[in-house]
Amino acid sequence: MYYDKLAFEISKSGHTGYSLPKNVFKDYKISESLLREEKIVLPELTEFEAVRHYTNVSFKNFGVEKGFYPLGSCTMKYNPKINEDIAALPGLSNVHPYQPTKTVQGLLEIYYNTQKILSEISGLYEFTLNPYAGAHGELVGLMIMKKFHQDNGDFKRTKVIVPESAHGTNPASATVAGFESVEVKSNQDGTVNIESLKEVLGDDIAGIMLTNPNTIGIFEKDILEIAKLVHEAGGLLYYDGANLNPLLGQARPGDMGFDIMHINIHKTFSTPHGGGGPGSGPVGVNKRLVHLLPSPVVKKVNDKFIIEDQNDTAIGQVTHFYGNMAVIVKAYTYLLTVGKENLGNIGRYSVLNANYIKESLKDLYLLPVDEVCKHEFVFDGLIDKSNHVTTLDIAKRMLDYDVHPPTVYFPLVFKESLMIEPPETESKETLDSFIDVMRKIALEAKTNPELVKGAPYNTVVKRLDEAKAARNPLVKYTDLIE
Amino acid sequence: MSKVLDGLYYTNSHEWVKVEDGFAYIGITDYAQESLGEIVFVELPEEEDQVNAGEEFAAIESVKAASDILSPITGIIVMVNDDLEDSPELLNEDSFENWIIKVEMEDSSELNKLLSKAEYEDILE
Amino acid sequence: MFKYLPHTEQEINEMLEVIGINDINELFDEIPNKLRNHDFDIPNAKSELEIHQIFKDLASKNKELIPFIGAGAYDHYTPSIIRHLILRQEFMTAYTPYQPEISQGTLQYIFEFQSMISTLTNMDVANASMYDGATSTAEAMFMACGAKKRNKILVSKTVNPNIIEVIKTYAHYRDITVDFIDQVDGATSLSDLEEKMSKDYAGVIVQTPNFYGIMEDYSGFKETIEEYKGLFIVNSDPSTLTLIKSPGEWGADIAVGECQTMGVPLQFGGPYIGYLATTKKLMRKMPGRICGVTEDTDGKRAFVLTLQAREQHIRREKANSNICSNQSLLALFVTIYMAVMGEKGIKEAQKNSYDATHYLFEKVTALDKFEAVYKNDFFKDCLVRTTLDPKVIEDKLIENGILGPLSISKFDENLADCLLFSATEKRTKEQIDKLVSILEVL
Repeated sequence: MYYDKLAFEISKSGHTGYSLPKNVFKDYKISESLLREEKIVLPELTEFEAVRHYTNVSFKNFGVEKGFYPLGSCTMKYNPKINEDIAALPGLSNVHPYQPTKTVQGLLEIYYNTQKILSEISGLYEFTLNPYAGAHGELVGLMIMKKFHQDNGDFKRTKVIVPESAHGTNPASATVAGFESVEVKSNQDGTVNIESLKEVLGDDIAGIMLTNPNTIGIFEKDILEIAKLVHEAGGLLYYDGANLNPLLGQARPGDMGFDIMHINIHKTFSTPHGGGGPGSGPVGVNKRLVHLLPSPVVKKVNDKFIIEDQNDTAIGQVTHFYGNMAVIVKAYTYLLTVGKENLGNIGRYSVLNANYIKESLKDLYLLPVDEVCKHEFVFDGLIDKSNHVTTLDIAKRMLDYDVHPPTVYFPLVFKESLMIEPPETESKETLDSFIDVMRKIALEAKTNPELVKGAPYNTVVKRLDEAKAARNPLVKYTDLIE
Repeated sequence: MSKVLDGLYYTNSHEWVKVEDGFAYIGITDYAQESLGEIVFVELPEEEDQVNAGEEFAAIESVKAASDILSPITGIIVMVNDDLEDSPELLNEDSFENWIIKVEMEDSSELNKLLSKAEYEDILE
Repeated sequence: MFKYLPHTEQEINEMLEVIGINDINELFDEIPNKLRNHDFDIPNAKSELEIHQIFKDLASKNKELIPFIGAGAYDHYTPSIIRHLILRQEFMTAYTPYQPEISQGTLQYIFEFQSMISTLTNMDVANASMYDGATSTAEAMFMACGAKKRNKILVSKTVNPNIIEVIKTYAHYRDITVDFIDQVDGATSLSDLEEKMSKDYAGVIVQTPNFYGIMEDYSGFKETIEEYKGLFIVNSDPSTLTLIKSPGEWGADIAVGECQTMGVPLQFGGPYIGYLATTKKLMRKMPGRICGVTEDTDGKRAFVLTLQAREQHIRREKANSNICSNQSLLALFVTIYMAVMGEKGIKEAQKNSYDATHYLFEKVTALDKFEAVYKNDFFKDCLVRTTLDPKVIEDKLIENGILGPLSISKFDENLADCLLFSATEKRTKEQIDKLVSILEVL
């Protein structure tokens, strides 16, 4: 049975789902003029009604534990259970952010050690764990880039180079950090075209933002040359950590010449995506930029951990407190579980999985870049497009086979992009059954295209009228009952 | 093939201008509405706003895209097609019938810089 | 073999054969040799039992204290059901709901969250959440500057100083000028606003209850700001809005704030969850994700992310915000909180906090070495001046297992001798009496 009720719609006047201790204090009065007058529309539920409601709501979601989730550039790996248990330890979670440092040495040790491990893995000198998400990290990184130039008295550098295959966040972050973005042409495999790069480099360029491997899953072979050129032109290199997973234990952005980077903890280091957050986006910098990291910073002095503001030199403050600390605790748990012994295999297996799927399907799906990929690759729809079955149709048909579709229509450099990333935690059996599903859909597209175009059939709702939602936005319960 | 009408001026960025009684009516072409897909919102300017040739005066949003609309000519907006506020889909239904703004032109010689029907059709090919 | 990695030797070989290579490391051949020689020096892998021990030891290095401090993070009651429900893999391990047919769960709770925030703030529309209250306020500034095409903003000095710092950082890099409105008796001065407001300002940012806990009276604010066509941005703790006037009632154009007060654990500062709500008129200028209602091909009600043309993945460099991820699971957290507490429960918890803080204030200011600072009434933070050394107070209370008030000398040198106390419904009368008895003998 499809559960279609909102919490508001099962509400019953007088039902209650909480219990609080009796208020033993005197009834202090709030001034009349400050009291709320407008009515409040919140549900009234018993505790069990609330539990059953949200349990039923949950059944309408697909999660990593249910099935394969090959969403490109999102690294949907297994989220270990122990991470959750550790982060919930009362000694780690019931701690007020204003507790004096001497009473939070354990948390600061976790913060500090995580910084150090991220430095070692990425080759950047020092990290801030404050940023809340990848996009937040990008913004922080670009602020660092801007302040670096401004501190040098160099105010001409107002532009940031973004490859045309980049994620939309990159140019948006550049704008929000007060930069203008300049596109640089890509080669056919999405890598940076060196000649075009040389053309745009100049004394107005603050730096370049790169994802390596890029959004097509191809490693920038010329990265050392790119770094040299950008540095010679006085710019800095920013590494977008969205695709860091395949490089774990293999190569380090810092060694490639990157000056600033962010890491998507929720992608690479196994913390749950939570339906869109909370993530965490630590930013690392090389030695000459350390003084610019946002406040507060955690340092180790004489075996004690301290929190410092460095507002006189830093870009400023970007979070209310210290970032998503509970997410950091989970990442540290994961890093200690994985350890030195297993780090390299994360990178290796993610790349192995991607290449295995790619080679197993390229006779049916159009592979515009036929090279060894890293953790992900892109198909440009079916090879046989005679029946006009689109990437959207293929994605929707996958839902019927209990597979989460890949990222669709991104990167924008291909018209029918299907971007597939099978993380290292997926077994060969899972990959094989995914390959079977993809082959089956390709066959259906040939023999019964209408079947694919009408998909999905087995989901709780079918294809949605998105235009209707946007033309007349109904965005809250009271919009539905008015 | 998208529809292109006679007697209108066109731009590279897929706007059209129709001159009537000395006023310029500005809208988007059939090709533009087709590429945008289902249009869900038009962000309209206000009457008496100044528009400049080559600069944006409105924005059109579809489900999956957003596009700035550039004014082909310079002048003052004398009327805005308010129907688009509640029914943006009118642009999908007939993008030539449903103009977006009516402008009092500053310099009608600017029209000479715009594309003819034939020139615009060349672009579409 | 390692527990998170599934491939056997034989499977690896089978896969390599399909790919047409002999050694898995050949997959990395295009990476320059120079980059391939690093010996990754991180700690050795630990077993589950070792992990438990390590973190038990780490946790024991933190002192669990009873907090009498708020200042942006409050120790409220959390109904047990919430943690159990948010740990469900369907919620926890899902990605952003880009495939609505299999994400109706996430979309529905976002819709409920938006509905609940809209009603509490009394605004037309709320988004699916922001990182925290501070960044949501900074995003409101961007939104105002974008909507009004102006690049100056007025901020009240009574706004939480950490929020002000974040506003200043965000503003600086985008060439937005931040100017300040003075306070009178701990509340934003209307006359100073009237004097400073001009057509240069995109908007005015205030907070109620403000940093000092004071409930501000915004009579006359809207009119002044509207006269110059600016936007009125009100930051408030949504839980308090069950009792005090909401941003919508004061005429706010944008309402922002921090939802941590709805049962989210303190977690040393995060993850928390910001909100942003606005009017129908400004809806399409909002940052972040928004969920709306539509129908599927069978006419069945369904939820979907909508108004996406505002967002970075479509607007790219023209987007007014770069936010993609938000705090979705925390949005579920506070949605369940609001659903299970209801209006009555939130009100009760907040009134209890209000009363407890007033009791604490009365007791503390009755002591010789403490006095009130401002006359204005406060909610669950209160400012007290002392002749004692704040460090002495802090240490003495920690010895007794109590996290004392926040010394605000760091934020305002004029208030260097002032302390910010807070109490919630979790503080018992006995705990408050104990706090007072320790302070009494200092």
